[in-house]
Amino acid sequence: MNSFIDLNLGLARPEIFLAIAALALLVIGVSLGDRHTRLIAWASVAALVIAIVLAISDKADGLAFHGLFIADDFACYAKVLSFGAAALAIIMSLDYAEREGMARFELPLLMLMATLGMSLMISANDLISLYVGLELQSLALYVVAAIKRDTIKSTEAGLKYFVLGALSSGMLLYGSSLIYGFTGSTSFSVLAATLTGDAGLGLIVGIVFLCAGLAFKISAVPFHMWTPDVYEGAPTPITAFFAAAPKVAAITLFARVLVGPFGDLVGQWQQIIVFISIASMILGAVAAIGQKNIKRLMAYSSIGNVGFALVGLASGTQEGVSGLLIYMAIYVVMTTGTFAVILAMRRRGEAVEQISDLAGLSRSQPGLAWALAIFMFSMAGIPPFAGFFGKWFVFLAAIQAGLNVLAVIGVLASVVSAFYYIRIIKVMFFDQPTEAFDRVTPTLRIVLIATVFVISLGFIAGSPFFDLSANAASVLFAE
Amino acid sequence: MIVETIAFYVFAAVAVVSALLVVGNRNPVYSVLFLILTFFNVAGLFVLIGAEFLAMMLVIVYVGAVAVLFLFVVMMLDINFVELRQGFVRYLPIGAVVGVILAAELIFVVGSTALGTATPAAPTPAIAQVTNTEALGNIMYTQYFYLFQVSGLILLVAMMGAIVLTHRERVGVRRQRIADQVDRNRSSVQLTKVKTGDGASGGVK
Repeated sequence: MNSFIDLNLGLARPEIFLAIAALALLVIGVSLGDRHTRLIAWASVAALVIAIVLAISDKADGLAFHGLFIADDFACYAKVLSFGAAALAIIMSLDYAEREGMARFELPLLMLMATLGMSLMISANDLISLYVGLELQSLALYVVAAIKRDTIKSTEAGLKYFVLGALSSGMLLYGSSLIYGFTGSTSFSVLAATLTGDAGLGLIVGIVFLCAGLAFKISAVPFHMWTPDVYEGAPTPITAFFAAAPKVAAITLFARVLVGPFGDLVGQWQQIIVFISIASMILGAVAAIGQKNIKRLMAYSSIGNVGFALVGLASGTQEGVSGLLIYMAIYVVMTTGTFAVILAMRRRGEAVEQISDLAGLSRSQPGLAWALAIFMFSMAGIPPFAGFFGKWFVFLAAIQAGLNVLAVIGVLASVVSAFYYIRIIKVMFFDQPTEAFDRVTPTLRIVLIATVFVISLGFIAGSPFFDLSANAASVLFAE
Repeated sequence: MIVETIAFYVFAAVAVVSALLVVGNRNPVYSVLFLILTFFNVAGLFVLIGAEFLAMMLVIVYVGAVAVLFLFVVMMLDINFVELRQGFVRYLPIGAVVGVILAAELIFVVGSTALGTATPAAPTPAIAQVTNTEALGNIMYTQYFYLFQVSGLILLVAMMGAIVLTHRERVGVRRQRIADQVDRNRSSVQLTKVKTGDGASGGVK
């Protein structure tokens, strides 16, 4: 008979801990009420930090829950990244939530639940566990997008995200059902072992639908339509959360699905990824130029960044996946830092979101201006900032895989996107100053200092970090 | 055997007739009630083919939750059903095309016995050996224990979401205070004889 020992519960320590912590904090939150939101939020951050420690310490490796769950170096890398990003997002949401009157204890808990969902996605080793993890994450994200329920914009963002997210889940499930129908298994291990060489038409249609569903979650073109509206409408710290942690989880899941079970069908899915990568890079570069709202601009920027990260996946090699991991790690830090600056854009207690509001920031708040300038230079891919290395590794992998056209288009898109990144710097340093922003709150200041430090001096610790990414990527390719 | 055949024809006939009445009825409340009747008869059909778990689920989920939800919608919302029917003739061709395609698909499914030559990875055990409730129970808490737990978390998040997005603290709400109610004694209660048809205030002086 089956027993608990067969389940290998130990491999899922971070997830089990997070689930128990979320449930316990929910009970505490209900009994204490909304006045203690700050306590619940810091406890959630602590839970995420402990989960990181649990994930790193005593490296878990193997299958759990009857092969539905996998723990390996790749999963560990992605988990640490998304837990960290989620913890930073919860910290950043603290002051904002209190000032905007959305400080409810459920907010950090829903973010914690979403993070748990991400962790389950990253460790999915079966199409069904992929889906339940994705759904746990998405459902929590729909709710937090609409958490400022008294404003039309936030509710609209939540509703839009929900309707389109449900559609993408439907596509993903349809693709999964086709894959199951044509192969007879949902397990990644079984699929990887049986799918060698030629694939039938039905299976390919299934893979296409699966890719479409996942492309939706990482907001890659042509499934990006929801992104600008949701990013603009959702409260800013929530947007910061959306832009970082879920992207890491979804894109690593994407890599695991394509390289793992469908690794031998690389010829079939490579063209799909090349297409969505090129389309995302170009749209991210071109559509952002006309934006006046900085949150919308960041939405297009995130679409472009996903395109760059997918260049690594498109190459279908170990170097490519390693580049993807490096790119996502750097992207998470850059984007979190940028949103910390956006959160600091408040005038007389009111949040402002227009790019023109940044005019002359270098004179009124030079620290903030320099921080944003560093993030923008890094996003544009200018050395020695970290963003350059991310782009370097994905393009290098593409050229090594013989995808020269993809790499050239990527570099060109990068040049175009440099225009709007550097325009922000121009607005801050050379335009006539407007009224200064309010003082930056201490928590935001800490996040800003930490992210600036990583982005500008990260190259010192470069080599061990790159080795770590390469090691994580090699797990997927080990047979 | 003969009992089963009779049962099948009774269930099938009632299901088809009540399904037609769901669409054809003018009163939406009757439609929902006929829908419930259809569900019960289909559940009966499921029992006949040995899918007792599905039959139970149909009654619990569809009759217990979905149909009741429909009833609430029909009775609470002010929907003009006459207006809803107005485009009927205009949409008839599209509806007919969809119907024909569905019918053709059904004929293909019945006509062809096998879609491919694939052999199933795990053949289903014969119904005689193990009931499907038992079979589901066997894997639900062992092999799919993980998925079962995560589904529970998803439902919890759904519940949290519903509360976060809709619950409002209202001021001046008269809540039931059970302690006060229990605390009342005989002297604070006034018994009056109310005349039929006069309303609650009729007997009070």
